[in-house]
Amino acid sequence: MATPVTVHAHAAPQGFIRKYIFSLDHKVIGIQYYFLALTAVFVGMFLSLLMRIHMIWPTYALPLIGDIKPETYLSLMTMHGTIMVFFVLTTAPQGGFGNYVLPIQIGAPDMAFPVLNMLSFWTTFVAYIVMLSAFFVQGGAPLHGWTGYAPLSALPSAGPGEGLGADLWITSIAIFCIASLMGALNFITTTLDLRAKGMTLMRMPLTVWSWFITAILGLLAFGVLLSAGILLLLDRNLGTSFYVPLVVVNGTVMGHKGGSPLLWQHLFWFFGHPEVYIAILPGMGVASQVLSTFSRKPIFGYKAMVYAMLSIGFFGFMVWGHHMFMSGMSPYSAFAFSILTMCIGVPSAIKTFNWLGTMWKGRIRFHTPMLYAIGFVSLFVSGGLSGPFLAQPVLDIPLHDTAFVPAHFHLIMGVAAIFGIFAATYFWFPKMFGRMMNERWGRIHFFITLIGTYAIFMPMHWLGMAAQPRRYSQFTELNYLQHLIPLNKFITYAAIITVSAQLIFVINLFWSLFKGPKASDNPWECTTLEWTTATPPPHDNFGGVTPVVNNGPYEYGVPGAPRDYVMQTDPATVPSH
Amino acid sequence: MATYTPTTPVQGFGHDGNPPMPPGRGGDDGRGGQGSDYGARLRRARLGMICGFAAISMLFISLTSAYIVRRGLPTYDDASSSYVRDWGVVDMPWVLLGINTLILLASSGTMELSRRSLARQSALAEVGSIPGVSLGNEKSFPWLGTTVVLGLAFLLGQWLAWKELGTRGFYIRTNPDSSFIYLLTATHAVHLAGGVIALMWAAISALRHRAIQSRRITVEITSWYWHFMALVWIYVFALLGLAR
Repeated sequence: MATPVTVHAHAAPQGFIRKYIFSLDHKVIGIQYYFLALTAVFVGMFLSLLMRIHMIWPTYALPLIGDIKPETYLSLMTMHGTIMVFFVLTTAPQGGFGNYVLPIQIGAPDMAFPVLNMLSFWTTFVAYIVMLSAFFVQGGAPLHGWTGYAPLSALPSAGPGEGLGADLWITSIAIFCIASLMGALNFITTTLDLRAKGMTLMRMPLTVWSWFITAILGLLAFGVLLSAGILLLLDRNLGTSFYVPLVVVNGTVMGHKGGSPLLWQHLFWFFGHPEVYIAILPGMGVASQVLSTFSRKPIFGYKAMVYAMLSIGFFGFMVWGHHMFMSGMSPYSAFAFSILTMCIGVPSAIKTFNWLGTMWKGRIRFHTPMLYAIGFVSLFVSGGLSGPFLAQPVLDIPLHDTAFVPAHFHLIMGVAAIFGIFAATYFWFPKMFGRMMNERWGRIHFFITLIGTYAIFMPMHWLGMAAQPRRYSQFTELNYLQHLIPLNKFITYAAIITVSAQLIFVINLFWSLFKGPKASDNPWECTTLEWTTATPPPHDNFGGVTPVVNNGPYEYGVPGAPRDYVMQTDPATVPSH
Repeated sequence: MATYTPTTPVQGFGHDGNPPMPPGRGGDDGRGGQGSDYGARLRRARLGMICGFAAISMLFISLTSAYIVRRGLPTYDDASSSYVRDWGVVDMPWVLLGINTLILLASSGTMELSRRSLARQSALAEVGSIPGVSLGNEKSFPWLGTTVVLGLAFLLGQWLAWKELGTRGFYIRTNPDSSFIYLLTATHAVHLAGGVIALMWAAISALRHRAIQSRRITVEITSWYWHFMALVWIYVFALLGLAR
């Protein structure tokens, strides 16, 4: 028997700083991303809670925070959206789990560029700190929403928060763009170049496909946001007129002339729509992985799932105009954007039916990751169905500035993606930390979160259809909205309960880190490569060797196999005829 | 449906009959690349660079689209109470920019010679490592240093061009045309400065006697980047010259 060759990708670091702070190990970097997102999500949730409380008790001065003025409300809204989109939905699924799991799932010892990977994380961290610092400067955080529409975002005198706070906001986004580009480059190179022998593209787990496609979207989209941000900074600080037309603010004529606010919208949404898929695609990958594993069945239509994700990514770049139906664009353009948007319903439906087909007649194990994966599908359908409504200009125009739109995107982009993160957390926690999370509290957390989510966002659709405007800090004194106040109160109560329930998750997470029962190498009896290695994996992932892949990623219930699953490294399965 | 038939021995993970494959080395493993898998590392680095080209291209494509949109926009003129074009026309220092272009193209040539020179040194180093074989004191022309000097000369030339624009009364906020001239040339210059830093890094690596193959990867990759930046400059030059 040949002696195994022990070759390390890079020597295991010894010192604390190189091991845990400036680590080159993709696993440590993944965990760093994850905990960054965890802190960010609590900041984001806290801000949303303040908004919900203010909406139903507008005159109530909160302890420590005091009165919430209209501009404070807009700051909360801006920072909630920005932190959630960039530092949670982009950071945790891709930077966190993608970093940790992708190299192991393809049988690689690390990412293609470990130093670049470390730089990506720390650049993201700097972006996060710069973003948070906007709260503490003169004038506070900006008011212009996470979409940063000009000219509000382009004029420092346009309102409190639009001075230094807005500069910090744009700088943070620009830094984040650079970090994301470095990360995307690394993910693509790793996936294409570091796959183990036998890991053909069509043997890659769907999670790997989802991170890979997400990285392509990021590579092509973040450069556009970066350029848009540079133009915005120039307009604000050097007096150019890219976005700002002749504007009068508080009786003062600004020095700009001839710029186009729509130019910002085009550039922003050319990034912004793919960003939606950057947030949700990894969740789709995780849902596929978890549904197949816990249904003990191969994923239904593996290739269709891959092509569906590819086409979602492809169409994602062609539909940015559907965010701008209200901007007065040509009806012909609107028609094209509308049709292309509805086309995305086709691959989305393929994915949904394939997830249902995977579960159909499966021997389902209702562990917490599975509950969250099912929850993901549920939210994806509930949030997705209102997409074709909004894709039609004739419906979007009355609904656009109402609560209907936040209801739609929170369900599909926000909470569905968060459910993907939860599924991934409960699923990979044993591999990452060597201990199991508590199942009972996991289920309690799931049911409260699922019910709470629907309690918050389903009624919000009705509010929108009843013409409650979004972004208004105060509406309780408007006569035509009086009858909606009870429903708004209900949503706020549901939000308080749901946010509070997240403490269950955090306690479970930290308790399990130290006190959870020890996990075996493959507690879920899953087939992919991360479950062939030790728990937690050694520094170079596979103890000095690389696995050789003989099977597809979802070989469950294979007739004749000694177990009901065949690992990817097991002897090859032969197709029967 | 697949059936389970154990036809091949379980491979990998150290308990099979075959020697396992060594894992691929990270592309920037932080150890100076003293491994022997030079080809794999170079391929990986090139793939990463191609991804970088895609990202940089998107940056310039979006700036171009902003250029085209902004150029076509009318603006309201109070004096005539009508919509007029406010694009403006900048009196460009074409001679200076032309010289800069020639410097950059020349630097692309020296970059290529530097890459080939290092490849030759790398091959000779292997021969020189054979006991009893001496390569003498052959000195090659410092193409790398020449490229750095030309790159810095280009950046200096761009700086002079901006100064000249200022002398002629065109600043970044003067009109949309001047805004885009400063924006596009500065964006390109920042990227080229990154290439200069990478080459300086390679030169410092040489002084620190780091493995020649590690330097070679830096130079190989930077040469791709350098040629790409030359193409981007020609594109920017053409856009500013022809599309005005």
